[in-house]
Amino acid sequence: MHRLAHFKPGDSLILLLAGLGTVWLTTLAWHGGAADKAIIRSGGKIFREVTLAHDTEISVPGPLGTSIVAIRNHQARIASDPSPRQYCVRQGWLKNAGEIAICLPNEVSVELSGGDKKYDSLNY
Amino acid sequence: MRIETNSSPQASTLDDQRNAARPPQIPNPKSRILLEATPEDHHIARLAAVALGLTVLEAAIPSPLPGVKPGLANIVVLVVLARYGWRAAAWVSLLRVVAGSLLMGSFLAPGFFLSLTGALCSLAVLALGMHLPRRWFGPITHSILAAYAHIAGQMLVVYQWLIPHAGIAYLLPIFAAAALVFGTVNGLVAAQFMDNGKPSHPEPQP
Repeated sequence: MHRLAHFKPGDSLILLLAGLGTVWLTTLAWHGGAADKAIIRSGGKIFREVTLAHDTEISVPGPLGTSIVAIRNHQARIASDPSPRQYCVRQGWLKNAGEIAICLPNEVSVELSGGDKKYDSLNY
Repeated sequence: MRIETNSSPQASTLDDQRNAARPPQIPNPKSRILLEATPEDHHIARLAAVALGLTVLEAAIPSPLPGVKPGLANIVVLVVLARYGWRAAAWVSLLRVVAGSLLMGSFLAPGFFLSLTGALCSLAVLALGMHLPRRWFGPITHSILAAYAHIAGQMLVVYQWLIPHAGIAYLLPIFAAAALVFGTVNGLVAAQFMDNGKPSHPEPQP
């Protein structure tokens, strides 16, 4: 009990504020960045930009055939693709802004964007 | 500390003896630098050594994520701040950073600059925070404020310099939570030390 005696009223206040700030930061950093639209590219050019608000399926033509992009529950995925290894299909549903699925052989990609995009590209 | 040159009229007695023992020569054109350590310097060095010991001790504690550290040396800085004021605390903190990096072999490496940034930000916030009314705000407040300033400064440097990727925002909650926990614990420990040092501390008991 005597350890608690070190807490002055202001200390408790600061501790409370810091705790609330941390919780606020957590919600901001871990649940923020909700995507509101999907950018579908084909052959490097933007094929369509679709909102995630409505469930839909979009056929995207590529050099190998047609890829199908599905949008459901504010999420997007590549439902089918003619690429041999199916990496982009196996990637599954994309939820957060900035996530991207790329079908390289068919030159089709789906990128989620929303809020503010902080960077255009990254190099290392 | 004082810097003296050969031409200075106040040379120490030791130098007088040494000069007397030698035959008079052509005056040495090189200036001598004489560092005089005051008792205050020795005191600060001793405190910094304690902080340094805690830094080395802490380096042995495994950390789940680089950068999440208890920051035990800051307990010393907090006690020094409360007892001897901000100037002494700044000396102890910065000496600890420089000497600690020399011991760890990270001097002028990214880790050193992160350490330095954290220390400078903490000191800046402590300079303001120490003027909060003592009646209501104690070392726990100082510790929490310093911990947050520390990690905020470091994250800024990491973002601007080392990893310019918005993805590090995902780590912010972890660092903030660590700052909250370790800030509070260090503040409690510092408060405990201060009570031991001054048992007759006139604290208004309810």
